[in-house]
Amino acid sequence: MSDAVQLSVENVHLAFGGTQALFDVSFNVCERELLAIIGPNGAGKTSMLNCINSFYRPDKGRIVFKGNDLARLPSHRVAYLGIARTFQNIALYTGMSVLNNLMAARHVHMKYGMLAGALYFGRASKEEVEHRIVVEEIIDFLEIEHIRKAVVGALPYGLRKRVELGRALALEPELLLLDEPMAGMNLEEKEDMARFILDIHELQGTTILLIEHDMGLVMDIAERVIVLDFGIKIAEGTPDEIKNNPKVIQAYLGEEFGAIPTDMGSE
Amino acid sequence: MAILRPAGDYDRSYRQDKRYIRKPWQWVILFASIGVVATCPYWGTPYIITTANRIGYTIIAVQGLNILTGYTGQISLGQAAFMLVGGYVSTLVVTHLGLSMFLALPIAAVGAGIVGLIFGLPSLRVKGFYLAMATLAAQFIIPWLTKHTFPEFLGGTEGRIATPVPQIGSFLFNEPARFIYITLGVLIITTFIAANITRTRLGRAFVAIRDNDLAAELLGVNLFGYKLRAFFIAAMYAGLAGALKAHYQRAIGTEFGYSLTESIVLLGMLVVGGLGTNIGPFLGATFIIVMQDVSNVVGSNFAAIMPHEMTARLLTSFRPIFFGLILMFFLIFEPRGLAHRWQLFKAAWRLRPFSH
Ligand SMILES: Nc1ncnc2c1ncn2[C@@H]1O[C@H](COP(=O)(O)OP(=O)(O)OP(=O)(O)O)[C@@H](O)[C@H]1O
Ligand SMILES: [Mg+2]
Repeated sequence: MSDAVQLSVENVHLAFGGTQALFDVSFNVCERELLAIIGPNGAGKTSMLNCINSFYRPDKGRIVFKGNDLARLPSHRVAYLGIARTFQNIALYTGMSVLNNLMAARHVHMKYGMLAGALYFGRASKEEVEHRIVVEEIIDFLEIEHIRKAVVGALPYGLRKRVELGRALALEPELLLLDEPMAGMNLEEKEDMARFILDIHELQGTTILLIEHDMGLVMDIAERVIVLDFGIKIAEGTPDEIKNNPKVIQAYLGEEFGAIPTDMGSE
Repeated sequence: MAILRPAGDYDRSYRQDKRYIRKPWQWVILFASIGVVATCPYWGTPYIITTANRIGYTIIAVQGLNILTGYTGQISLGQAAFMLVGGYVSTLVVTHLGLSMFLALPIAAVGAGIVGLIFGLPSLRVKGFYLAMATLAAQFIIPWLTKHTFPEFLGGTEGRIATPVPQIGSFLFNEPARFIYITLGVLIITTFIAANITRTRLGRAFVAIRDNDLAAELLGVNLFGYKLRAFFIAAMYAGLAGALKAHYQRAIGTEFGYSLTESIVLLGMLVVGGLGTNIGPFLGATFIIVMQDVSNVVGSNFAAIMPHEMTARLLTSFRPIFFGLILMFFLIFEPRGLAHRWQLFKAAWRLRPFSH
């Protein structure tokens, strides 16, 4: 983690009709940082990522990534800047093989044109092989060699989550947005996923913005944590600071249903 | 499910892994099939030769629709109208500019492509059923324009103009047995291009849009740009098919079957053949055209034994009813089309004599 700011979220407001999904949210993400966003259901976490992707446009405020005002860009351009994403409800290309899902994410890096592709001539065939090599490295890293030709629609949930991470990696992002990458997984799968996330962060130096409900895990792997509640940022700090923050405890205990993290403040 | 390959059949390079044709015997089969069609003027009956032509240009139209609907997931009910555009462009270019038909073909493709692009514009805003309705507009506007504008060029309310016979030097492609070489040549090119599109960047972007447009957009695919590309390519294919059909029938116009019914039949062929597969258009177009001819024969035999007053009505209604039943059958029992049957058959054949 360095001190250079990569992404800055400045006073972002976002409302859907009557619901205020985000209210005056500001924070910075530094280069090579692993930052987690936590908060109860409906706190606005996914909406925050959607704003960064320029999929939702903030009503007020700015989001700046490496000098670019993201709200001015169409969503697909944001990917070209080096921001990749996984989704809370897996959003893979279900009819394609694992391999092609990853190859599809090389889209932004491929240079050859429509005509070269249609004739499979010259650059097209050469580039396909080059990108295949990159994709195969990711497949090795995520240990999904055995399913590379399988159609993703037929894979079990845990593997699909992993493939989705692979697809985001194939974009070779500088900033990786992960929306609950471990939701619905068993312990072993969660540990695998946590290991992959840490490896990506440490070995490749990718900045990671992680949304996760499993508090134990977040406290273990995140360098810094931001807490949202009803669209408002109620706390920001290191895991230790967050654990002992009375506002945070209040937000979680105030929740009517479930989701009271049993392991908060333990350790 | 991954497509099973026999044990020991590995690829030694990524380049090899991308090939459609991996084995010498597959080349043999490919050239043998081309050879069979190319020699049909020598061994085929007139029925076989004319049917081969009809199937040939129909496959091209379905290939285009496959790129748009099968791969990109955008429904279009305007494919026949774009064929009409292609047929007119080619006819006019040959008649009035004196160009060779072989130059007119690509011009017709581009002309139809541009018109397709215009009718693809609503895809920015609407999807699915609503997009189908929007493309339906093409099916009303284009035939209306050909009938009611520039009557001296487009044939006016008569709904037809004559299309010149293609020629090279003094050699005229004036009968089905000669025309088949043009049809076959164009079909080989369109198949080659469709196969390449679907295994490269463009094709993956198309399927990404079909399977999850949100994810595609957030991972760098310009949705609108790529949907328009799909519309353009689909209409280009339609334009080529329409131009071929016009030169084959030596006339173009609304009289010759470029109606909504025709568009629906093309869509039906795609469903029957298998959406989003490269073999689908071949299987679907062939199957439906042969079935239509069978139903004509069966229909007229059937009509012959029925009371006289019913004959005419039976003759006209038998074919659409038959088509409707086939389509319903496939939608219910094999929505993945004949292409899927073909895959299963190949897998079973490889595992013989052990069925499991
Ligand atoms: N497209 C939308 N249209 C209307 N309301 C929306 C939309 N997206 C989000 N919201 C609302 O905004 C609020 C925040 O939703 P968001 O999905 O960002 O929460 P979250 O923190 O990701 O919750 P969870 O933990 O359940 O995923 C919710 O009240 C939600 O209903
Ligand atoms: Mg969420």
